[in-house]
Amino acid sequence: MKLKKGIPVIDQGNKLGFWGGKFGGNFVPETLKKPIEDLEVLFNKLKKDKEFIQERDRYFKNWIGVPTRFIKLENLTRHVGGAQIWSKVVSDANGGAHKVYNATVHCLLAKRSGKKVIIGDTGAGYAGKMLSMAAKKFGLKCKIFMGAKDIARQQPNVKAMKKNGAEVVPVYSGSQTLVDAVSECMRFWVANCDTTAMCVGSTVGPAVFVRICGWSTSQISRELKVQLIDEFGSIPKKLKLYNCVGGGSSSFGFWNEFMDYDKKKCEFIGVEAGGPAKSKKHAAPLTYGSKIGILHGAAQYVNQNSDGQIEETESISAGLDYPGISPLHCFLKDTKRARYTAASDEQALNAYKLVTKFEKLRPSLEPSHAFAVAIAESKKLSKDTIVVVNSCGDAYKDRGILEKRLGKKYVKSN
Amino acid sequence: MLNPISVAFKKAKQENRPALLTYTVAGDSSKKQSLDILKSISKNADILEVGVPHNTPVADGSQIQTSAYRAIKNGIKVNDIFKIVKDFKKFDKNKPVILMGYYNMIFQYDENKFLNKCKLSGVNGLIVVDLPWPENKNFAKKCKKKSIYFIQLLSPTTTKIRLKKIIKDSDPMNYFISMLSTTGGKLKVSPKEIIKNYIKIKKINPKKKVVIGFGITEKTIGKLKSADGLVVGSAICKEISKSLKHRQNPVTNVSKLVKKLKNKIL
Repeated sequence: MKLKKGIPVIDQGNKLGFWGGKFGGNFVPETLKKPIEDLEVLFNKLKKDKEFIQERDRYFKNWIGVPTRFIKLENLTRHVGGAQIWSKVVSDANGGAHKVYNATVHCLLAKRSGKKVIIGDTGAGYAGKMLSMAAKKFGLKCKIFMGAKDIARQQPNVKAMKKNGAEVVPVYSGSQTLVDAVSECMRFWVANCDTTAMCVGSTVGPAVFVRICGWSTSQISRELKVQLIDEFGSIPKKLKLYNCVGGGSSSFGFWNEFMDYDKKKCEFIGVEAGGPAKSKKHAAPLTYGSKIGILHGAAQYVNQNSDGQIEETESISAGLDYPGISPLHCFLKDTKRARYTAASDEQALNAYKLVTKFEKLRPSLEPSHAFAVAIAESKKLSKDTIVVVNSCGDAYKDRGILEKRLGKKYVKSN
Repeated sequence: MLNPISVAFKKAKQENRPALLTYTVAGDSSKKQSLDILKSISKNADILEVGVPHNTPVADGSQIQTSAYRAIKNGIKVNDIFKIVKDFKKFDKNKPVILMGYYNMIFQYDENKFLNKCKLSGVNGLIVVDLPWPENKNFAKKCKKKSIYFIQLLSPTTTKIRLKKIIKDSDPMNYFISMLSTTGGKLKVSPKEIIKNYIKIKKINPKKKVVIGFGITEKTIGKLKSADGLVVGSAICKEISKSLKHRQNPVTNVSKLVKKLKNKIL
């Protein structure tokens, strides 16, 4: 299995949509074949269309507010005493997380295809919040599927979705988290694909959704590349890019533009959710060697039992609480382009404490996982190593959990 | 030897009626009970579809989901399902049995091993909901080698060109999804419209049998009887749930329901 140079990773799948010949694909009910094919044709056409790209960039600039900041975490760097720690503050984006890029692109596509309704899944609530926001902006009716457990633990985002006029549909089946939300959303699409557009909230699902999402979030690395050159004159020789990985949309977008660099020069580190330290459950299929299986239309490494039933996951972070992983990341793992590891709930909480103690930055629980590993590894790295952590979400949505786990003083706004 | 599925269609045709296909989930609500249900309905059903429960079913509505989750919770494993089929075949060896499920279960078991096990236990056909054409070409070939029908699904969204290609590659039985819906949805198109679409499919190759499924109940089945076969699934799963709720015997209730369904298409 080999990563090709000079071709975007999203376009490296084969005819049937498999990366490396075995990850991804379209394991979907017959009913969805046609709508997926239609979306593929539309996306393949528009991603080469200059006008469409200009339209996208206009919304990204004027509405999402790109570029997001690239800042040095001076105090944290001094405290850790190793590599220089920087952050790409993607949570600056309108709505407070990277999910806005994919949501915007899906709404633009929905408009072009003449659909009036858009549906989406959400875990942490960000994908849903952004989709509801974008749907409102583009005049589309919006329906968001969310696990009942996530609705309870991510209330601020639920309120935001409702405020944007979206209908939030609670999902009570299975573990009542993201995995069930995605299933329910796909089921709704099966029954309504003639009138409704579907947005999959991450780089997961049937191949075209993986591609659209990766294409959208790549905005992050496009900006970072320019910002690195602005700051250092060229791409630093020792560069390490840390990102949390749930479905894998922010990490893929954070890395995409650096894909062709030698990994010794520019290393990608993906941090999965290891779950509570004392629990055997986790949401880290790449780290813990889960077997390849089919989930939500795509072949991927996925937590499952020997029969093929998808296993329940456990993580403090709703956005990472997913048993599978993007086919793109399976491909990057097997081609050894990226390295994957996990941080536990406790490690993420400690990282959150440390970052907020030293910096004016409040990463949500998802990027706190990435910070945990970045901080631990930075200690042992040379001072000329540039560590960049994608702070892809803001902790506002987590205040209930943070207050419960860390006490009131950690939730005051700064 | 002719596949018992084809024999069942022949018999139904001789009796001038569509074949009645039932769908129940293996292990719902227990291994024994699901076997007892199969035994009790085999008198009135022509072909038995046995669901392989999966916990992330992307095409099933709430009734079948409930049945599947119940079966999984009660411990059903793929090997148990083969055992149920095998035990059933000891009871009624000529009654065709089709396993219906999602591809990951087959993929984890290993395609070849799964098919060997199907053969040994007497499975006559397979429906794999999330393995559409052309992705299913290889697997369908393997099925053919074992004389197990690989049943292709056709939907109202399937384009005409695609229909032709699928039917050309297909075994003697295909499955037409009546409408845009997950299983068990309320019939949102008229039976007339469904039959119109069905006829379009039949015209492509009249020799191949086409069954209609999704949303068929006691109320609607009579209006669709010009088809080669009709599948009732969610209505049966619902009956099991209802029986359990009212502490009644699901075996007798389902058996009665299937008899009623049969009477509607005579």
